[in-house]
Amino acid sequence: MDKKPKLKVTLVTGRTIEQGAGKEYGKFSRKYGESVSTCYMDPEDMKKLAIRDRTNILVSTKYGSVVVKAAKSSRAPHPGIIYIPYGPWVNVLVDPETNSIGMPTLKGIPAEVEPAPDKPILSLEELLKQQFRKD
Amino acid sequence: MTVVKAVTCPVCGCLCDDIELTVRNGRIIKVKNGCAMCEAKFLSHASDHRPTKSMIRREGKLVEVSLEEAVRKAAEILVDASYPVLYGWSSTSCEATKVGIELCEEIGGVIDNTAVVCHGPSILAVQQVGIPSCTLGQVRHRADLIIYWGCDPWSAHPRHIERYTAFSEGRFEKSAWRTYINKVKALVGSKKIESAIRRLAIKSWEPAVARVEKSPSQYLSREGRKLIVVDVRRTKTAEMADYFIQVEPGKDYELFKAMRALIRDQEIEVDRVAGVPVEYLEDVVDVMVSCDFGAIFFGLGLTMGSAKLKNIEEAIRLTRDLNMRTKFIIMPMRGHFNVAGANIVSTWETGYPFAVDFSLGYPRYNPGETSVVDILLRKESDAALVIASDPVSNFPHKASEHLVQKPLIVIDAHMNVTASMADVFIPAAMVGIEAEGTAYRMDHVPIPLKKVVDPPEGVFSDEEILRLILSEVRKIKKERMEAG
Repeated sequence: MDKKPKLKVTLVTGRTIEQGAGKEYGKFSRKYGESVSTCYMDPEDMKKLAIRDRTNILVSTKYGSVVVKAAKSSRAPHPGIIYIPYGPWVNVLVDPETNSIGMPTLKGIPAEVEPAPDKPILSLEELLKQQFRKD
Repeated sequence: MTVVKAVTCPVCGCLCDDIELTVRNGRIIKVKNGCAMCEAKFLSHASDHRPTKSMIRREGKLVEVSLEEAVRKAAEILVDASYPVLYGWSSTSCEATKVGIELCEEIGGVIDNTAVVCHGPSILAVQQVGIPSCTLGQVRHRADLIIYWGCDPWSAHPRHIERYTAFSEGRFEKSAWRTYINKVKALVGSKKIESAIRRLAIKSWEPAVARVEKSPSQYLSREGRKLIVVDVRRTKTAEMADYFIQVEPGKDYELFKAMRALIRDQEIEVDRVAGVPVEYLEDVVDVMVSCDFGAIFFGLGLTMGSAKLKNIEEAIRLTRDLNMRTKFIIMPMRGHFNVAGANIVSTWETGYPFAVDFSLGYPRYNPGETSVVDILLRKESDAALVIASDPVSNFPHKASEHLVQKPLIVIDAHMNVTASMADVFIPAAMVGIEAEGTAYRMDHVPIPLKKVVDPPEGVFSDEEILRLILSEVRKIKKERMEAG
């Protein structure tokens, strides 16, 4: 049976210089959109999923799932850790629980990754429409 | 064409004040000395996509209106709301925050700043155990051991290392820049040898083992300034470091505990803590104890994991323990340029640094209850004013969902994600570029922000817009009172 491989990982969010500069160019700029819809993975983890650099993947957590682009991490080795910069895409995945101190958990969230070469990455407008339906 | 010197950069908590801008016909055309984020921000003031007209949502679409109309609508929303949230503040001036607090008191809402999803846990930890700290000038001139823990200044505070820590030329400590260059050259050389051997197809060749497996003593024995990085991944900052400790995700707390035990000369009866061999930790602790002036900088790697404020408490306790043996300080790497200022202004005006609730007529502070993410998750607020911030880009989805469902007022220089969902949008001048103000650096040193160019016609500063809304709110309240 042709079953799609899935990988259990830990999701870490954070700043990258591309995201930092992208946000100053404008949140609706392509530069920003591309920088925050990228998931940096360990090359070994990518091998396990049999995916190449720049393949679309579906990342899921208890809180939601979103399609992003997998990119080979230049910060490897960090097997079992995926890294997505702060932004509207990763917000779908993070843990809103604040443990009564006001701070949601934005790093170290258990997640699952599977290849999704046929699924498109939503544009920011599409993502907002899908998530919030305000228009 | 004029060149404006000594401009303060309004991007991150470093507040670099040596930026040189070239201005032609009221536009900034060249940025000197700044990082990538600094350049992008200064050049964005003249962006073609920048909105210059106020907008109100009508039949699902944002339509342009006059400033007076937008201010009136915003004031009506705030007066009608019984539990509005005023959020943002970390990318505007202290002066604007001061007006914001006055407005919040007037309408009986909650005022919270972005620290709540950033270094909020650090503030809570400081309230528990205090903080031994100093200014960045002291670090620049005196620190001979720098530790970055759970932060990546190369990406988030690009000039921090060069201006204040390892690569800065201090009065008593010299820059470690040359050592780094030599290291990079050596690394390039060894990589060339490795690839040559690989090309010769020597199959039995084993590449060098991961760096964490090497003893720290050989990296940390040299003279001069030393840099240690602790992180879950080998960040760009980690690559510059003399020694990198790769901690397993969510296990920083254990590492702090182990280090504290080692400083007190206690034995640890396991081989590894948080994935790091104990014998290497012993070497690192030796270096920490034997330095003259050590500085720990920590970032969101500690505040955003599941241990949150407990991590920071332990980090501060470690610093306290180290001070029994030598001189050590600790400082959070504040993100937005005036997030420290937002906390300071809030504290001197209300007594509390963030998450201040005025709904009972006096300030109350109870993070977890009065903090914005919790209020949104409980769906309690019935309107919001967001200023100089983009929560929809940064909050967990569940929290943003409630924020955009209720009437939303956004004041920002750019059409960001939150602004695109606003019911009332008022464009603002960019503080530090088109408007003056004061901002606090991450070490709590206030630094003036310059006005370099004029804002687009009809666009006012955050402070002026808030004053307009505040006076309109007072007017509406008076009208309603008179009408009975």
